[in-house]
Amino acid sequence: MSAEERKDQTTPAENAAHMTTPDGDGKPQVGAGGVRQRGARGRRQQQHGPGFGPPGLIGTGEKAKNFKGSFKRLVGTLRPERARIAIIIVLTTFSVAATISGPKILGRVFNLVLSGGTGRQLGKAAGMIPGLETGMDATQTSGILSHIPGMEKVASFIQRLPDFAVGKGVDFGAVVKILVILIAIYLISSLFGWLSGYVMAGVVARTIFRLRRDIDEKLARLPLKYFDGHARGDILSRVTNDIDNIQQTMQQTLTQIISSILTLIGVLAMMFYTSWLLALIAVVTVPISVAITMIIAKQSQKQFTLQWQSTGSLTGHVEETFTGHTIVKVFGRQKESIEEFDEQNEELFQSSFKAQFISGIIMPMMMFVGNLQYVAVAIVGGLRMASGALDFGSVTAFIQYSQMFTQPITQTASVANVLQSAVASAERVFEILDEPEQSAEPEKPVVLEHAEGHVEFKDVSFRYLPDVPLIDDLSIEVKPGQTVAIVGPTGAGKTTLVNLLMRFYEIDKGQILVDGVDTQKMVRDDLRRLFGMVLQDAWLFSGTIRDNIAYGKEGATEEQIRAAAEAAHVDHFVRTLPDGYGTKLDDDSANVSQGERQLLTIARAFLADPDVLILDEATSSVDTRTEVLIQRAMARLLKGRTSFVIAHRLSTIRDADLILVMNQGAIVEQGTHQELLAAGGFYYDLYNSQFVEALAEAS
Amino acid sequence: MKRLLLTYLRPYKWRISAIFVIVLLQCIGNLYLPTLNADIINNGVVKGDTNYILRVGAIMLAVAIGTAICSILSNFNAAKTAMGAGRDIRGDLYRKVQSLSQSEMGRFGAPSLITRNTNDVQQVQMVTAIGLTMMLFAPMSAIGGIIMALRQDRLLSISLAVILPVMFVFLFLVLRTAIPLFRTVQSRTDRINQLMRENLGGIRVIRAFSRVQYEEKRFAEVNTDLTGLWSKVFKLFSLVFPILFLIMNLSMAGIMWVGSYRVDSEGMQAANLMAFIQYVMQILFSVLMATMLAAMIPRAVASGNRVQDVLDVEPAIKDPATPVVLPSRDGGPRGLVEFKDVEFRYPGAQDAIISHISFTARPGETTAIVGSTGSGKSTLIGLVPRLNDVSAGSISIDGNDIRDMARADLWQHIGFVPQKAFLFSGTVASNLRYGNPDATDEELWHALRIAQAEEFVRAMPEGLYEPITQGGTNVSGGQRQRLAIARAIVKRPDIYVFDDSFSALDLKTDAMLRAALKQETKDATVIVVAQRVSTILHADQIVVLEQGGMCGLGDHAELLKGCGTYQEIVYSQLSAEEVA
Repeated sequence: MSAEERKDQTTPAENAAHMTTPDGDGKPQVGAGGVRQRGARGRRQQQHGPGFGPPGLIGTGEKAKNFKGSFKRLVGTLRPERARIAIIIVLTTFSVAATISGPKILGRVFNLVLSGGTGRQLGKAAGMIPGLETGMDATQTSGILSHIPGMEKVASFIQRLPDFAVGKGVDFGAVVKILVILIAIYLISSLFGWLSGYVMAGVVARTIFRLRRDIDEKLARLPLKYFDGHARGDILSRVTNDIDNIQQTMQQTLTQIISSILTLIGVLAMMFYTSWLLALIAVVTVPISVAITMIIAKQSQKQFTLQWQSTGSLTGHVEETFTGHTIVKVFGRQKESIEEFDEQNEELFQSSFKAQFISGIIMPMMMFVGNLQYVAVAIVGGLRMASGALDFGSVTAFIQYSQMFTQPITQTASVANVLQSAVASAERVFEILDEPEQSAEPEKPVVLEHAEGHVEFKDVSFRYLPDVPLIDDLSIEVKPGQTVAIVGPTGAGKTTLVNLLMRFYEIDKGQILVDGVDTQKMVRDDLRRLFGMVLQDAWLFSGTIRDNIAYGKEGATEEQIRAAAEAAHVDHFVRTLPDGYGTKLDDDSANVSQGERQLLTIARAFLADPDVLILDEATSSVDTRTEVLIQRAMARLLKGRTSFVIAHRLSTIRDADLILVMNQGAIVEQGTHQELLAAGGFYYDLYNSQFVEALAEAS
Repeated sequence: MKRLLLTYLRPYKWRISAIFVIVLLQCIGNLYLPTLNADIINNGVVKGDTNYILRVGAIMLAVAIGTAICSILSNFNAAKTAMGAGRDIRGDLYRKVQSLSQSEMGRFGAPSLITRNTNDVQQVQMVTAIGLTMMLFAPMSAIGGIIMALRQDRLLSISLAVILPVMFVFLFLVLRTAIPLFRTVQSRTDRINQLMRENLGGIRVIRAFSRVQYEEKRFAEVNTDLTGLWSKVFKLFSLVFPILFLIMNLSMAGIMWVGSYRVDSEGMQAANLMAFIQYVMQILFSVLMATMLAAMIPRAVASGNRVQDVLDVEPAIKDPATPVVLPSRDGGPRGLVEFKDVEFRYPGAQDAIISHISFTARPGETTAIVGSTGSGKSTLIGLVPRLNDVSAGSISIDGNDIRDMARADLWQHIGFVPQKAFLFSGTVASNLRYGNPDATDEELWHALRIAQAEEFVRAMPEGLYEPITQGGTNVSGGQRQRLAIARAIVKRPDIYVFDDSFSALDLKTDAMLRAALKQETKDATVIVVAQRVSTILHADQIVVLEQGGMCGLGDHAELLKGCGTYQEIVYSQLSAEEVA
């Protein structure tokens, strides 16, 4: 009994394992200086960007938490592993059966020892007790002893001893035989326990793998506006902290749940077999335990939800301020950002402390219920024995079983509680998985292997938000091979045009045609493959310079990479780095300047060699001398290739075949540089305000 | 890890002492309960003495309530202590990162620092919470068990001298294998974090290049890697309990076997043997309990060390003990910035990024810095707000070396606009007030007017209180830059530093902005990095950088005559006839 009974004391460790974690809450707060930190839950309603940038859709609003649903769904994630779980159940059944039978068998050894010990002692006393002779068996001995005052108890005790004989010592042969069986049983129990743990390791690891993969793939299918509206740090926290939490909980509870349930069934059967009345008393404690668990779990659930939300919003704050580290410092906002951190940190502390404390109550409460049950069983058992309805052996066996019964209940209760934490995390993961995805790809997509580069906008209307007009009935035609410069004041909708062409956002009305094919009839990836894009915000991913350039083309050779780098005039710079093309980069790395980053992304586009090229302020951070060189290379690249160029520099614009002048979402003028200057309109103003003035002073 | 805990648990020493006492009581209660259990059976149930059962039952329940209360109390204190220590560590870590210089930040990388500040601290506090109750309970319970076992039978107790070392050696081997594994687990978690962050930041590029699948593959690789590691860890730990149970059960069988001889030949009481086995089991279960915790320790140690690594960084840039404070503005214009033979190299790097830079930027004047990509322009002006410190030479403001000033004070005088305009989530107003929380709405509009941002902010449905998303992704690049410029203007600094801050603006806006700015900054020192000739044309002096060195200093006319590099820069933008 000892082994079984005490097993439950080990569970607090396991529980506590889950219950701890940061604290906090996800309320949006107004920092001292007024910078509002978005909470993890994103309290704000749908909001939109100012006119022309991508829209700002902030937060999803508070959702009603569906605990039961999330729990079922979490269990559902195990579905692909059901065959293995069946194996685990079988293995655990053997292991549990062996564990349950262990104490019983050990009891037999003990009885043998007891019998031998008593026999030996009585043998020594044989001469002193009248009538008692060496070699007498249990019945005889007990008969003699029962007549001696004060020995009645011993007499009844001896009657129950197996293989008893006065003067006969411990039957070592029998003891060893049973011990060998016992060792075999324990070996089996451990072996099966290990096997089920081994299989379980794979089950959990794979399930978590799938969950992480699903999120990653889901993020790839979400429309861009989702990312405009969600704090990176909070998404990060869901992928790391929340999934980590689910994994640890699963790893520690799945085995426990299975073995607890099996133990419960086994013990319950034994109890009913021994005495149904006592079994009923024991069973009464089940609803009590369930009630207590539910009351506590309800409280801890609230705290766990808060805790994981706080973790998310704290990560959001950390991510944001670490990314904007320089600004935080130079604007002297360290104090405020620390204050805000402290505030969120305190909230995280409060909720994780409460979660930890409340869930920690379950264990002692269950132990107490167990003790209560013990006393009740002892009282009723004692009464039943006094009335002769039960024998001594049954009562003691029963009491042992009732102790064994308490353990899986306690374990299940604590598991139920730990699960609150996991489900709270799972809910946050499922939230991402449930976000509406971008519109489905067409069923019978048109595939363009290569595009001539005939691009047409036909009566295109688009708004980021229904009530804020942006682009209405826009029509443009670009002939194959033309270089189109898009100019206009900041925020005129130039980038939006590109966004629509690339189908980052879907148009509300009209059509965009590439070589006469409606882009909506194409698979997004196929469409985008026709385009090459260089953005103002030069984005590099973690990896070598070589990888970053090769990003434009799968399977690019070393020569191609170098040729592209040379064309973008970044080859020389790369060679001066100690590791050359093998130099490791990431988006935060300080070893590459902003201008060099742009050159690398240009090299990327060179390598991609797309049918249509889009340059969005591609060279804004490159110095002008280098730019001239790039321009020359670009001229080669642009030749015979349809290209869209968003730029502010005259030299870039001047040579364009077509200049689209945009203002407030509409094309206000179009034509060549000379034509537009001659027209003396918007473009003329734009041109004069800048270049003429500059030239006047330069000369 | 040890140092981390010692430092952060110290403030909670009274709570920990309380836990110690409470756990001791709980232990005594738990040792007493089995005795009462046995009494109820032996003296109550066996004899059918209901009164006895009730009486002892009442005592037993009282003891049970007592231990339950103790357990709740110790849990309360442990939770307070562990979560409190976690909060303190997080707070200090966050403060430490805030004090790091740019190059020190770069050493860890932002993704790793984020993981360390959240996930790693979480691991540490988790183990601390359990440790505080279990780690105290287990040894006490074991000691109690050993004392009881010795009282039962000294000779048999020798068996403990065999069993315990076997268990400890086994545990030691497991932990030794696990710790490096967990260290890798945490660094892979960093990697997941990094990839995720990249994917979120580069989503447009990824989609534009149709590389979603490639990114998914990259993620899958790391994911597979991490999964493999975890499954290795889980498999290792799947061995622990079966083996420990086996050791325990085998010990029990062994003791039974030896004990049976003792009972047979040496008159040991069989009942004593049973009691002895129970106590041995209690000891071994304490060890098992400690193992539960030990199973979590490796990861926590790995995490704790990662946290400690950051805490141990001695920031190279520190405030002086007695900082110089710039005198108040009454004494006329100020903000004379003097670069004296300035050099900067990354610690341990062979070559300096910039060297021998000397010039003076005066109040009321504009100093432009030009040079080719990678010539060290951004690095140079980053030295003014001490994002990094000069490695040789000095920079002074009004004759005071900036290293003698408190940084908070220094920053107050500087309005910085970075190359990559970075906005915080919040509203337009909250971003503008970033450097000057007390600015009125009127001042904000004024700044927006100068930054040529008034029009688009007015057009926003909520104007100044229009929400801005993290990083400012819901406004266009040019709008972002203008808001960043307005943010610096709202601060009304003595020194403006613009790091190529006009690059995303169209020409017209750029020209208008510069004209308006000129009015605003007529008493201030302006240092501006720029690419466009039109931007630098009007500068009072121009510093020309070439490969980290200074190759020209003067105004436009002078440089156009005397500096080849400068000529090239100008001609590259304007065709020769336009210049002439």
